[in-house]
Amino acid sequence: MPINYYIFLSICLFSIGIIGVLTRRNAIIIFMCIELMLNAVNLLLVAFSRMHHAAAYAVDNASLVGAEAQIFVFFIMVVAAAEVTVGLAIIVMLYRNIHSVDINFLNRLKH
Amino acid sequence: MPITEILFWALSAAAIIAALLVIFSKNPVHSVLWLIVVFFAISGHYVLLNAQFLAIVNMIVYAGAIMVLFLFVIMLMNMNADQEPNKSKWMKIAGVLSGGSLMLLLVASLKNSQAIAGGGDAGIGLIQQLGKTLFSEYVVPFEISSVLFLSAMVGAVILGKKEKNLTEADSTN
Repeated sequence: MPINYYIFLSICLFSIGIIGVLTRRNAIIIFMCIELMLNAVNLLLVAFSRMHHAAAYAVDNASLVGAEAQIFVFFIMVVAAAEVTVGLAIIVMLYRNIHSVDINFLNRLKH
Repeated sequence: MPITEILFWALSAAAIIAALLVIFSKNPVHSVLWLIVVFFAISGHYVLLNAQFLAIVNMIVYAGAIMVLFLFVIMLMNMNADQEPNKSKWMKIAGVLSGGSLMLLLVASLKNSQAIAGGGDAGIGLIQQLGKTLFSEYVVPFEISSVLFLSAMVGAVILGKKEKNLTEADSTN
């Protein structure tokens, strides 16, 4: 498939994630939408890696260009896993303190 | 129509519909389950893009570990019932409008880009090549990520610890 279709698919998924962050008020769903946006970016990186590799392959068919982007995606997944553990711990702590995960009640930093 | 195109369109439709259902379902548990569907569709895309290792890692880490963690937290909080009262309609409309206009802007700015089809494949997505690259050129970031995991683990344990006689205002001290 041409790479453009992957770009448009990633844009759609990313925008859906943004709409979710802006419209929902449940903190966990907002967190899940952030994961959705991270995955859209990962998909785009893999598609670009494919395109880069195809361009190098046309010149030299033993080329390994493009593996770096996949390593990059791997590290994004690592960081996302660490982020999820800390984020969910924060949400659990907030729920324990105010008994809700509605972000309209999470305004203690303002006062 | 080749089989890869059929698979591309089917997986894309599944991903977008499931993503829409993630943000529009009332029940958080349903949102998590639809997000798992999105991750499986994205794994299918990785296979189509010859990134087999990332497809498996995506399935194990995201659909397996992270989503189970989300599900666990949601069930721990007993949020099965809908808990979003008096949501403002205008905020929703404004959110959808701004997200849609972002999508429109990105699509409009990229729609004239040159179409490049994928070419040959020397197996860069296989675990052999990625392992060689990871452990030769990127071994320092790999080791640093272990420190990141350790700090995330310590942070999660400290945040999740039960606090005694403290309000949330001075709990960080």
